[in-house]
Amino acid sequence: MSNDREIVVLGAGMHPWGKWGRNFVEYGVKAAQDALKDAGLAWQDIQFVAGADTIRNGYPGFVAGATFAQALGWTGARISSSYAACASGSHAIASARAQILAGLCDVALVVGADAAPKGFFAPVGGDRPDDPDWVRFHLLGATNPAYFGMYARRRIDLYGASVEDFAKVKVKNARNGLANPNARYRKAFTAEDVAASPIVCDPLRLMDICATSDGAAAVVLCSKEFAARHTTDPVRISAVSTVTPTFPSALIELPDIATDSSAAVAPQELSFRASLAHAAYEEAGIGPEDLSLAEVYDLSTALELDWIEDLGICARGEAEKLLRDGATEIGGRIPVNASGGLASFGEAVPAQAIAQVCELTWQLRGEAGDRQVAGARVGITANQGLFGHGSSIVVTR
Amino acid sequence: MTKDHKPVVPGWFTTSGEDFSLLGTRCTACGTVFFPRRETFCGNPACSGTEFAEIPLSRRGTVWSYTNAGYRPPAPFVSDPDVEWRPYTIVAVRLEAEGLIVLGQGAPGVGVDDLKVGDTVEIVPGVLYEDDEYVHTTWNVRPVEVRA
Ligand SMILES: [Zn+2]
Repeated sequence: MSNDREIVVLGAGMHPWGKWGRNFVEYGVKAAQDALKDAGLAWQDIQFVAGADTIRNGYPGFVAGATFAQALGWTGARISSSYAACASGSHAIASARAQILAGLCDVALVVGADAAPKGFFAPVGGDRPDDPDWVRFHLLGATNPAYFGMYARRRIDLYGASVEDFAKVKVKNARNGLANPNARYRKAFTAEDVAASPIVCDPLRLMDICATSDGAAAVVLCSKEFAARHTTDPVRISAVSTVTPTFPSALIELPDIATDSSAAVAPQELSFRASLAHAAYEEAGIGPEDLSLAEVYDLSTALELDWIEDLGICARGEAEKLLRDGATEIGGRIPVNASGGLASFGEAVPAQAIAQVCELTWQLRGEAGDRQVAGARVGITANQGLFGHGSSIVVTR
Repeated sequence: MTKDHKPVVPGWFTTSGEDFSLLGTRCTACGTVFFPRRETFCGNPACSGTEFAEIPLSRRGTVWSYTNAGYRPPAPFVSDPDVEWRPYTIVAVRLEAEGLIVLGQGAPGVGVDDLKVGDTVEIVPGVLYEDDEYVHTTWNVRPVEVRA
């Protein structure tokens, strides 16, 4: 399981998730400094800075690479800024990886940070019927959780899932999050707590849906040659998949009010989410049977179950059985969201996909404390945002 | 005084006659259907079509999934913050002939308990909101048979 496209995660760092009421740059700098310290490098050693953008914090958020480079002190390092909705962090990692693999730099810093408003994410202002994101809010009031609700309802009607299964995901992830110092909610939840929370989008309740948070994550990435001078047992990124859907995309996805039509061309067998993982497995030369753990985007509890199937860990409709059998718990056959997931973090959009890689790095090094997955060697992340963005990253040791 | 009716987006559904339907376009080269309508270039990567014919979409389909809005959605959704929030249903409808899924609000009175994946539903005229000048019209989704 080693290929010439691998790069190394030399350092990982985070600013704890929460609602801190400060500027996102402050969070990003803290995460970056922690990642540098973890890598044993100085800021001046960094040749390339890849920022993951936030669209909620004005111009500095759109030029995140420059913003963090300036905040840490201009050094002449080259920069990039990536926006890819929830996959922005992975696109920033992909940007840094391309520089390293092309031999244009040896060592890069990737940073994502956000300060998020309370409540539903909403589109930017103005009257814009040409913008699907405007259309879905104006015509339907279809918030992000409305889409999650529709996916969850299909699990109930097609696979016999229950709202109790969904609550089990929250209970599991909250328990994992208790052992994570960077998690926002370090509180145990019971199935009764979930059932007592109000319905947001039937069948999902408030406790089934992830909140919006402030937070930051950073990684120091480098070539294998550079890493050899700093470590003898590197944690490697073996695949970065950021594929887009193929036409016709046949599942209703954020922010669209209709799917592509399959009147002329039949849809491919793999859904968009499954194709993200499939490309990652191909690139890494592994399969789902090789995984020690998975960090997936549990924007809702039910969505974690969809992802387990999209990752090929079990067949369609069987994720509830895995969950009920305890296979996805820490200590189970395939722990899912050992970090506590978005259920414990809340979403800090540009930081989240980087945070998934931080968690896998710590898990594979055996540094995850009370949430450690014993003997973890291979991990995968999965993430999806709107407008055809998504990612899946394979981390190996 | 009766207010004029105004479609919330022009050209997305019929506004006269008996047979209400959504309006899409069909690429004359490959036959792919588009809703919302496409009129400049085809979205099928294997097709270079640039001509499109307007077509009415099927008026009946099956429920792909459904949910509701338990909380008031943010702007640009239009609602009166002084009126108590009442959840409405959102339905994803699979149209067989067009090979696509389209979302719509459930017709007034249609709740999540009235729906099941696979049920037959129809697309009917609806009202999104009213202001001083207009009744802003849209499409709604309604079960064809009331469940027992
Ligand atoms: Zn065409």
